[in-house]
Amino acid sequence: MQETFRKLRKKGKLGEKDVELALREVRLALLEADVNYKVVKEFVASLKDRAVGADVLQSLTPGQTVVKIVHEELIKLMGETQSKIAPPERGRSPGAIMLVGLQGSGKTTSAAKLAVYLKKNGSSPLLVAGDVYRPAAIEQLEILGEGAGIPVFSRGKIDPVKIAGQARREAEKKGHDYLLIDTAGRLHVDEVLMGELERIKANTDPQEILLVVDAMTGQDAVNVAGSFHERLGLTGIILTKLDGDTRGGAALSVRQVTGCPVKFAAFGEKIDAFEPFYPERMASRILGMGDVLSLIEKAQEVMDEEKSRELEKKLRSQTLSLDDFLEQLQQVKKMGPLENLLEMIPGFNAMGKGLKNLSVDERQIDRVAAIIKSMTREERQQPEIINSSRKRRISMGSGTSVQDINRLLKQFEQMKKLFKQFGALEKGKLRKQKSFFPFK
Amino acid sequence: MLEFLKKGLKKTRDALKNRLGDLFVRGEINEEFYEELEEILISADVGVETTLMINARLREEIKNNKVKELEAAKALLKELIIGMMGGEEDVALSVPVSRPAVYLLLGVNGVGKTTTIAKMAYNFSLEKKKVLLAAGDTFRAAAIEQLEHWSGVVGAEVIKHQTGGDPSAVIFDAVSAAVSREADILLCDTAGRLHTKKNLIEEVKKIYRVMGKVIPEAPHESLLVLDATTGQNGIAQAKLFQEAIPITGIVLTKLDGTARGGIVIAIKELTGIPVKMIGVGEKKEDLHPFNPADFADALLA
Ligand SMILES: Nc1nc2c(ncn2[C@@H]2O[C@H](COP(=O)(O)OP(=O)(O)O)[C@@H](O)[C@H]2O)c(=O)[nH]1
Ligand SMILES: [Mg+2]
Repeated sequence: MQETFRKLRKKGKLGEKDVELALREVRLALLEADVNYKVVKEFVASLKDRAVGADVLQSLTPGQTVVKIVHEELIKLMGETQSKIAPPERGRSPGAIMLVGLQGSGKTTSAAKLAVYLKKNGSSPLLVAGDVYRPAAIEQLEILGEGAGIPVFSRGKIDPVKIAGQARREAEKKGHDYLLIDTAGRLHVDEVLMGELERIKANTDPQEILLVVDAMTGQDAVNVAGSFHERLGLTGIILTKLDGDTRGGAALSVRQVTGCPVKFAAFGEKIDAFEPFYPERMASRILGMGDVLSLIEKAQEVMDEEKSRELEKKLRSQTLSLDDFLEQLQQVKKMGPLENLLEMIPGFNAMGKGLKNLSVDERQIDRVAAIIKSMTREERQQPEIINSSRKRRISMGSGTSVQDINRLLKQFEQMKKLFKQFGALEKGKLRKQKSFFPFK
Repeated sequence: MLEFLKKGLKKTRDALKNRLGDLFVRGEINEEFYEELEEILISADVGVETTLMINARLREEIKNNKVKELEAAKALLKELIIGMMGGEEDVALSVPVSRPAVYLLLGVNGVGKTTTIAKMAYNFSLEKKKVLLAAGDTFRAAAIEQLEHWSGVVGAEVIKHQTGGDPSAVIFDAVSAAVSREADILLCDTAGRLHTKKNLIEEVKKIYRVMGKVIPEAPHESLLVLDATTGQNGIAQAKLFQEAIPITGIVLTKLDGTARGGIVIAIKELTGIPVKMIGVGEKKEDLHPFNPADFADALLA
């Protein structure tokens, strides 16, 4: 897919045929991302209407326009803004929130995570153990609640409709503002159990009914979401297991079928691996394009503010050591595969050949790290003292060649020089300094 | 098995308005026919690539056999899918000459590993086998309690440590116990893990190694549990678990819903891992041997 767009970019001009070609790729990419067949069909058709026409010609390059249009439309489809859980309405406090979905989609964990999230934002939620069918589901919620310091209302394996009603009164009495109701996993085609959810709804007047959807779900997502929505009137989606490598096209299908926003994303087994959903990021993920937003965020997270300020000081005063160098390398590595990283920088391809040389081989980072780790502390602080016998020792220790070490030392020197020229480096600028590593 | 599948899939059929049925009674074998077939297969999570491959092979078969009738085309298609899914291959679990037989279950979170173990234990108990369960999920809250519940239902003892413990230590104890107590079968539960988490995949390797220390041939089956609602990510799951340890079979669960689990065709093509069992519900009786012909029928129903 990226390939095709690159080709388009080079072409410079794009006729109707080219749009069609690009859209064929888009269609494939979306199907491979598990977006439902019908949703893809509709989406691609609507894209064509937009792409073939004046819009394409107005932009800088036609290829970029197609990328832009596809991405924009996807974002539109995913819902442009972040949607949150509203404060409980007057007279409706505690605000009940039901979590529903298929077996194994992650309801119980998500209930606990959502509770933790709400608590962090100043609320006082009550968890309700409404899964009376799956063995040990109640215990699971109790353990999670206890670990997070959130009370759990459970009444054993009685009718969940009753449990929910009792929990509601308990929450009123104890002054909880939210009631988070875990429910048993069920098939959307299970008449009896779907009826039970309707009764829980009637008994608790929920302000939210959230469908919990496994991000790895395939084509069936439309059937599931459609049925749950029809029966219950969903208000939002929680997308789980996003920490894997799934493209997550189900998000788009579900969104399209229900019209409900995806409200939260769960991306790990830890209780705080849960955050409001960013439609834009998801659009990029489904499309298989670099995610500019998350790159920036990630880079900021990883690059600890304080450390970078310290480094900046060192740079100015020319006391930069190989230890600092190594630390920077590790920071960069944490941000993920470098190729992707560079791809994600907007306009990277457009910046021309000079910058392309920056693309760094990750194995090279490992090699450099091995070399530096094989040095003594003294050597790292004062690389000048590394003579040929030291080099031989380091080379043995790191399994690299003396040339590798020479190259590293030279690059390090060059970098120091480079930064000398940036003597008047302004505060904070360093963080945005991506052309930090003079590798070839 | 066919009955279960049919029941589970009846609603799908309704939902899909029996499209394939339409497909095969209407008109001739033309481009529209292949297009509709493509939609049906992709909608069953077969995936674009595999769908195109099936379509291409079917075209060829139709040409070679000079088939004109839709009924005959349908038969060819079914044969094709049956062939891709292993045809007459035996799906029985491998049984060692001397007991215990040790089976390891793996998979991502929530696919049905623990429930499948319960179902397997139940089936073995019907054969009057002595079954032990290993509580290898030491991570998820109340995972051990869940297995213990089932152990009561099916009458199999659980070997367990504490939540938070080292899973390979439990498994080691369990394999040793299975030997010393002369169990016929040991079923090892494990925590759900995404195939992309390196440390958790390393943990699988360790569990696998540890089993071999007690019984060199163990585990006798390493089964990947796959949820039928899974889309294209199933391929990555199979590949990455397969890279960690030799996976001997797939258990395809939740076929009682409307998902058809078509991704297993691609997985079989790409990795050679056969489907050995299917899960069609949450009760202990809801596990059945995989049958390619029934699967093909259900897929194209
Ligand atoms: N409908 C249906 N549900 C299943 C099936 N197998 C397992 N489940 C349910 O899926 C959920 C997760 O199962 P569990 O065994 O805990 O998954 P694990 O996390 O992989 O061990 C439970 O609610 C099970 O009852 C199946 O074949 N059909
Ligand atoms: Mg389990």
